[in-house]
Amino acid sequence: MRRWAVLAGLLVLGTPAVAAADDSPGGSGGFLDALFGRHKEVEPVHNDTYEEECGACHFAYQPGLLPRRSWDRVVAPDALEDHFGDDASVEEPVRKEIAAFLDAHAADDSWYKRSIKVRRSIPKDEAPLRITDVPYIRRKHADLDKARVQDNPKVKSLANCAACHRKAADAVYDDDTVDIPGFGRDW
Amino acid sequence: MQKQLVRAAIVLALVAVPGIALAADPAAVTQLLDQYRQEGAAGFDAARAKDDWTKEHPADDGKMRSCITCHGSDLTKPGRHAKTGKVIDPMARSVNPDRYTDPAKIEKWFKRNCKWAWGRLCTPQEKGSFLMFLKDT
Repeated sequence: MRRWAVLAGLLVLGTPAVAAADDSPGGSGGFLDALFGRHKEVEPVHNDTYEEECGACHFAYQPGLLPRRSWDRVVAPDALEDHFGDDASVEEPVRKEIAAFLDAHAADDSWYKRSIKVRRSIPKDEAPLRITDVPYIRRKHADLDKARVQDNPKVKSLANCAACHRKAADAVYDDDTVDIPGFGRDW
Repeated sequence: MQKQLVRAAIVLALVAVPGIALAADPAAVTQLLDQYRQEGAAGFDAARAKDDWTKEHPADDGKMRSCITCHGSDLTKPGRHAKTGKVIDPMARSVNPDRYTDPAKIEKWFKRNCKWAWGRLCTPQEKGSFLMFLKDT
């Protein structure tokens, strides 16, 4: 009897969550989605320092898009001075804060679906420096031609996630949220 | 008491309005110009900086680079990072009043961007001239 009461309580509690899931980007609604939908993408975490320092030049990629061993290479003490050809060096306390943020939310221990796919696709002895070198991410973008990305002045690079993934800042990368400048939903 | 407050507000408004109209130099710019002078710079030249802004330098990748590669040729319009495509807010104070208000931020970007565009750090004289040029945009 008590068990039924608990279940009924859960259903009542779940109802507003279902309604909310319908509005949420990427969520297709339904009770299971309300419970598990928020784990479909990557963890939507924010850090002001990270967004200011790293997000000035490129999309502030969610930490869950790379494993810890990759982030550790990217933000190693001497690495930022030659960051893919750019000087992205920051003061040491700033670097430490950014490194800690990335480590804490890296793909390794994540429950989010895309982080799990990211980490499963990378061989254990590899630590890619670029998110576009993650096999899962590369596979997902394999069919895109140059006209849509490299030769598209409003995209330029696969690194520019938010140019096409309109909800990327909210950590949503679902197909339904893709809108390629000049091509729309044609890919 | 209330009358006093109103009077204070009127006085403040009278003082503040011409200040806005004249668009006084941001304190950060004045501070950095002083610092550059102490580092030996003299005779900042806004016209020279305006030329330097578009002057191209060859990079290791064989392409030519200048400030406008990323910032664009119209300072009142957004620019775009040459590699990542990320939009960069306009440089002109007239449309982006947040520009040139934080000395640490200005210095950080001089360091990064002089190295990217010119392959070397800018001298205090060059940095001061760029500020003289940019502060009035």
